[in-house]
Amino acid sequence: MSMAPTSESPLARAALITVALVFLGFFLLLPLLAVFSEALRQGAGPFLDALHTPDALAAIRLTLLIAAISVPLNMVFGVAASWAITKFQFPGKALLITLIDLPFSVSPVVSGLIFVLLFGANGLFGAWLAEHDLKIIFAVPGIVLATVFITFPFVARELIPLMLEQGKDDEEAAISLGANGWQTFWHVTLPNIRWGLLYGVLLCNARAMGEFGAVSVVSGHIRGETNTMPLHVEILYNEYDFVGAFAVASLLALLALVTLIAKTVLEWRFGLHAGARH
Amino acid sequence: MLPGFGLSFGFTLAWLTLIVLIPLATIFLKAAGLGWSEFLAVGFSRRAMAAYQLSFGTAAVAGLVNAVFGLIVAWVLVRYDFTGKQVVSALVDLPFALPTAVAGIALTALYTPTGWIGQFLEPLGIKVAFTWIGITIALVFIGLPFVVRSVEPVLADLGREVEEAAATLGATRWQTFTRVIFPAIGPALLTGFALAFARGVGEYGSVIFISGNMPGRTEIAPLLIVTQLEQYAYAGATAIAVVMMLASFAVLLLINLVQAASRRRTGA
Repeated sequence: MSMAPTSESPLARAALITVALVFLGFFLLLPLLAVFSEALRQGAGPFLDALHTPDALAAIRLTLLIAAISVPLNMVFGVAASWAITKFQFPGKALLITLIDLPFSVSPVVSGLIFVLLFGANGLFGAWLAEHDLKIIFAVPGIVLATVFITFPFVARELIPLMLEQGKDDEEAAISLGANGWQTFWHVTLPNIRWGLLYGVLLCNARAMGEFGAVSVVSGHIRGETNTMPLHVEILYNEYDFVGAFAVASLLALLALVTLIAKTVLEWRFGLHAGARH
Repeated sequence: MLPGFGLSFGFTLAWLTLIVLIPLATIFLKAAGLGWSEFLAVGFSRRAMAAYQLSFGTAAVAGLVNAVFGLIVAWVLVRYDFTGKQVVSALVDLPFALPTAVAGIALTALYTPTGWIGQFLEPLGIKVAFTWIGITIALVFIGLPFVVRSVEPVLADLGREVEEAAATLGATRWQTFTRVIFPAIGPALLTGFALAFARGVGEYGSVIFISGNMPGRTEIAPLLIVTQLEQYAYAGATAIAVVMMLASFAVLLLINLVQAASRRRTGA
């Protein structure tokens, strides 16, 4: 009798690869293709017209604005949190990391709801905000808050493992040579972590531009004012303007594709890896 | 000793408290203000119970589908070489990168009776769009990368020596898989399932287009929260949100306990 095999037979191999590819084809590739196919169903003309309406342009501008505010905020937070967590020992560190991850385990809808309960007309600060003529819910600040909450852990999550692995020898050497804290950060730490930081920012940005549930709860869906691209997709879809809905959706799908390609390049070039949670 | 602890730690704690902790605490404060009888009445109404059943049920089924096929995908990506593997691997992360609303309308377009896939299911009498099956398909889409990315690194780190030892002792490939490989990747698979399940329970954007949203039948719990909010029923929205969060935390805690127990048993 020959020794039992340590790998699958060629037939089993082929079968497993086929099952995996068919499954991914049906569940991932077809939906992606459907977006572009539906958007271009009536040709390029209607597709471009749908993107050229004032409401669509306003939605694109608002989405870019929201990302331009939320992503840098979370970038600064992510770097500060990773610096504290990876360069120092203190009690409660595991708890702090768990708390930073908390927004991942909260439903997007609930993430919006908490800000309505705080700042909505009937919320905790509702009366005070009305008195001072300030608007957070159904306005841009509410959308920013919900987006910052949803994307809160992204940058910190990618930086913490990277900075743990790099240790703090480089920084200690710089300090002992007479550099101050900021010089050490700008000239030693930042160059070390720049690709990991870019990776985290990339994932954070994709989510910030694409967030739907949380933003939907706080936005009020006011066309031209508080409508982001994902919300505009919903409005057009519910009005049976399918070409318009899929045209805006195809821009978001392109953003997703660019994110995936950049992510793959960074992983391949710099050995970075995303966690299993996003 | 490096400088900057006070600044970075202080900023981290302040920002965390402002953006995450205080807002999250608000919902429990609001729920506590309801009082037991009202909390139970709105949090466990017949409509809410149907929504929980649907959300947790479809998330569990989708999690199981992903556990099976996610494991196969992870296995194929780690163990085999084939053309286009890089592209396939990148594609696995699509659900992380594609906005949920886009996924929602794309899946709906595929599975309506005239869609690319729906047209073949319609003659067979299988209705996917606007039924629980459609909701499950959306949750399979959303949850897949959690399973693949949880299992992949563990599978890659698994030493081939134990498999060779099993083969030397006469085990068939299937025996080696069920008795040697599966126990080693089991905890990672369970983690992937738990992450996919937790995400599925709270998922909104990819589901609401394909689900049809009929109260009591295809109305998921997150949608019920939105509906309550639109009717200014803040008590209802809060109570349902709290029940969902507590149930999700309980499931995650249970899975952590199971994993801790299995680690103790295997001595790992």
